[in-house]
Amino acid sequence: MNWFTNTFGTSIGKKLMMSCTGLAFCGFLAVHLAGNLTLYGGADLFNAYAEHLHSLGPLLTVAEFGMLAFACIHILSALVLYLENLKARPTRYAVNKNAGGRTIGSSTMPYTGLILIGFITLHLINFHFVDKTDRTIFEIVSAALSNPGLALAYVAAMIVAAIHVSHGFWSAFQTLGANHPKYMPIIKKAGLIFSLLIAVGFGFIPVYFSIIS
Amino acid sequence: MSKTINLTLKVWRQKGPDVKGKLETYQADGISTDMSFLEMIDVINEKLTRDGKDPIAFDHDCREGICGMCGCVVNGRAHGPEKGTTLCQLHMRHFSNGDTVVIEPWRSRAFKVIKDLVVDRSAFDKVIQAGGYVSVNTGGAPDANAIPIPQVIAETAMDAAACIGCGACVASCPNASAMLFVSAKVSQLSLLPQGKPEAAKRALAMVRKMDEMGFGNCTNEAECEAECPKEISISHIARMNREFLKAGLFSSEK
Repeated sequence: MNWFTNTFGTSIGKKLMMSCTGLAFCGFLAVHLAGNLTLYGGADLFNAYAEHLHSLGPLLTVAEFGMLAFACIHILSALVLYLENLKARPTRYAVNKNAGGRTIGSSTMPYTGLILIGFITLHLINFHFVDKTDRTIFEIVSAALSNPGLALAYVAAMIVAAIHVSHGFWSAFQTLGANHPKYMPIIKKAGLIFSLLIAVGFGFIPVYFSIIS
Repeated sequence: MSKTINLTLKVWRQKGPDVKGKLETYQADGISTDMSFLEMIDVINEKLTRDGKDPIAFDHDCREGICGMCGCVVNGRAHGPEKGTTLCQLHMRHFSNGDTVVIEPWRSRAFKVIKDLVVDRSAFDKVIQAGGYVSVNTGGAPDANAIPIPQVIAETAMDAAACIGCGACVASCPNASAMLFVSAKVSQLSLLPQGKPEAAKRALAMVRKMDEMGFGNCTNEAECEAECPKEISISHIARMNREFLKAGLFSSEK
């Protein structure tokens, strides 16, 4: 084993991969949210944004495959960590009680993560792998989100994403070793505000389309 | 005024490491609320012995909260429900008459049950042997204050050194991870000048040994911090993460 696998193969190494890819997804969510806000500006603004994004050409493809690679790293490390953690306690306790450390976010990470994989697949089918020849992207979004069932699923998924991020954000900093008495309280608050922004920012879009349709 | 309570105990009984165990119910009547939790088990054990039965095996030594020998999971909480308390320092006044108390051993693949509530914590010793030391040549004692250490650094190192190695962090972690224990030692030694020369080697060796012993991975649940009888902070885990990354990526240690 060389130094690279010796470092990244350890428990802390795997967690480092989780935290770096997780923070990258947080960055992606922020940019995605900023872009989606153009939906409120109407069809022209949103279509112009989408067109501008697609004019990046190969850059966009590189970014897409980068995201895919990051997702693979995040999901595979999570799976390995999850299975190892299950194995680490072969006999479970008869009584389980929290001492106050765990949060809704931290105790549901594997499950919220699993739901998010499902949501992202659905989301890509809805808006990425879809026939865009004779409809603008705004029309596609509008048509999809005026379906009450789908709109509800999107809102629910955004709440799940917010719960996932509420633990993931500060956790990523802790894993990177960035725990400082001055900054950790700010990081924790920033994580909560960020997850609220995700829930409200993304979550209100399906509601908005339900109202205008 | 001392008062007495009656409890129903459900205690994990297991004859040996490779035997199947189960919870057995005992009646604990007339328990003085001034007793410690271990004294309560002593009372039960005397009765079991008089009845010709096998007493409940449990670890204990100083009974002053400083040795790290005792510890069980009481109603799902390591060392019982009180914060910053070892099991020997938990008193029966924190229980009410008629309570059912479930007592289980630390559960972890790395801590095998030896008998009943006694677990083998030698995995911790192996982690310490991997790097929890400083190599110092013997000779004349250095002058006091020859190496100036800022007060805040000395205090932080002392906070980490307060770890008694009881294993409550592993027991309370949803993943049975030993990160708080290992980080307390890595952190303590990396903060002090005496520990710096071996810091990179130590971080790599101790983390690898921890993984090898079969502990789980930290998911930053912070349950360990909440249960630690010495209230050691998870900021030490962050320091170990830092030390490990520095050692793995930027030092010449392999």
